[in-house]
Amino acid sequence: MQRSAIELQKISLTLGNRLVLDDINLNIYEGEFIAILGPNGAGKSTLLKLLLGLYKPTSGKIEILGKQAKKGNNEIGYAPQHRTLEADLALRARDVVGFGLDGNKWGISLPNSSRTKTINTALKEVDMLHLADMSVGKLSGGEQQRLLIAQALLTNPKILLLDEPLSSLDITHAQTIVQLVTNIAKNRNITVLLVTHDINPLLSSVDRVLYMANTHSAIGKPKDVITTKALSKLYGSPVEVINTNGRIFVIGEEN
Amino acid sequence: MFEILQYSFIQNAFIASFFVAIIAAVVGYFLLVRGLTFAGHALSHVGFAGAAGAVLLGVDPIFGLLAFTIISGIGIGMLARVLKERDVTIGIFLTLALAFGILFLFLYQGYAEQAYSILFGTILGISTFNVFVTAIFSSISLLILLFLFRPLLFSSFDPEVAQARGVPVKLLGVVFLIFVAITVSISVQVVGVLLIFTLLVGPAATAMRVVKNPYLTIGLAICLGIAYSWIGIFIAAQTNLPVSFFIASLSFGAYLVVRLKEVIS
Repeated sequence: MQRSAIELQKISLTLGNRLVLDDINLNIYEGEFIAILGPNGAGKSTLLKLLLGLYKPTSGKIEILGKQAKKGNNEIGYAPQHRTLEADLALRARDVVGFGLDGNKWGISLPNSSRTKTINTALKEVDMLHLADMSVGKLSGGEQQRLLIAQALLTNPKILLLDEPLSSLDITHAQTIVQLVTNIAKNRNITVLLVTHDINPLLSSVDRVLYMANTHSAIGKPKDVITTKALSKLYGSPVEVINTNGRIFVIGEEN
Repeated sequence: MFEILQYSFIQNAFIASFFVAIIAAVVGYFLLVRGLTFAGHALSHVGFAGAAGAVLLGVDPIFGLLAFTIISGIGIGMLARVLKERDVTIGIFLTLALAFGILFLFLYQGYAEQAYSILFGTILGISTFNVFVTAIFSSISLLILLFLFRPLLFSSFDPEVAQARGVPVKLLGVVFLIFVAITVSISVQVVGVLLIFTLLVGPAATAMRVVKNPYLTIGLAICLGIAYSWIGIFIAAQTNLPVSFFIASLSFGAYLVVRLKEVIS
């Protein structure tokens, strides 16, 4: 029997007057790689924020590795939806990664070799060590994404939450990020939840997909969840799923 | 040429501007990375109303400056959550503050000199008492900012992750603006309300284009700030022209050189 990493029981969340999540029940196991899919506004990022303790559910219970969800949980690494960093941003790649190590501690960080070593190791893991002293604004979208992943890994989390790491990347770069995340997940044996719009780059990597729409969710193998029947039921309106050349397309989901 | 350094008013000017330059560079760096330079500008105008109000009441302007800017800083900090509307609201508020400043000065009916010194600074006339006030506020602010340094930096660049990691992002935002308010208040004495950017944003903006390491950037900004102020005071004392003109020109000149160098390379 696998141990549960994330457990949601009867979770509902209302933000303002809007019911975002309604009676969500989930069990995600340690070491699983989960892709989170669904239309805009379905609550994908909101779900991550619930796990991080940034939102409190209106009702229901969330357990992270057997403990209640809370802010400042070092067992979760988080890379939020990526903003294009300003070209002039006055930081080096290693500074961004360093935030993950001690950005939340008071005081200043004095130069010390073990800190530098930890940061270098993290940069190496995402293959960014050669760009460590580069200004962040000069890095490409894919390189910036690697940095955010390295930053999220610095506390040696058991769970990694990545919000849209593949958006604004072309297919080749998306593939390399997926490969990177897959390797990290395997080497460190951590649970990964990755929010994405397109399941195709992830098809061979994910264990299960979590599909969110219309305040509800469905979880399972891609071939069971991403079907015309299952998605139409989830959306409450007709949705068509087309399988072609080993790729999956969902038609009519944003309407 | 160097004998002017023996005069106590020159020494006072050097000491006060030293402390102001340090805190202004640190606060200016964070203003830039947080995209809050406009709030800094607004606070200086609010400071004008505060200083003029204090003059009207017969109190030292520095206390009017501190009171008005700190209260407004907290206000802006609370407001900053609604980012989209922020600058418009700040803009409307700052014009009101200026209007009050004019009213207070009108009611005071004293020398135009007072208005002039608030607008453009009077570092060469700074009293020993104000040198002490400046040194104390600057040192305490610096110590607290050093303590807040890492979470403040983290939350400036990446508020979402910082919050997830347990950094009190919103509270830090408000606390930071209190230090902006203090810095603006003591900087007004050196360069005046209208030229506050020269010490607040100039050194940090230039330093940021030269180095990328946050610590080195701030260190360089401090050095630049002190250099602009001291050279400015020195030339002004030799020529009898306004100090703030020289400080602003040096600040602008250095920024221009750095930008031009970027364009060429």
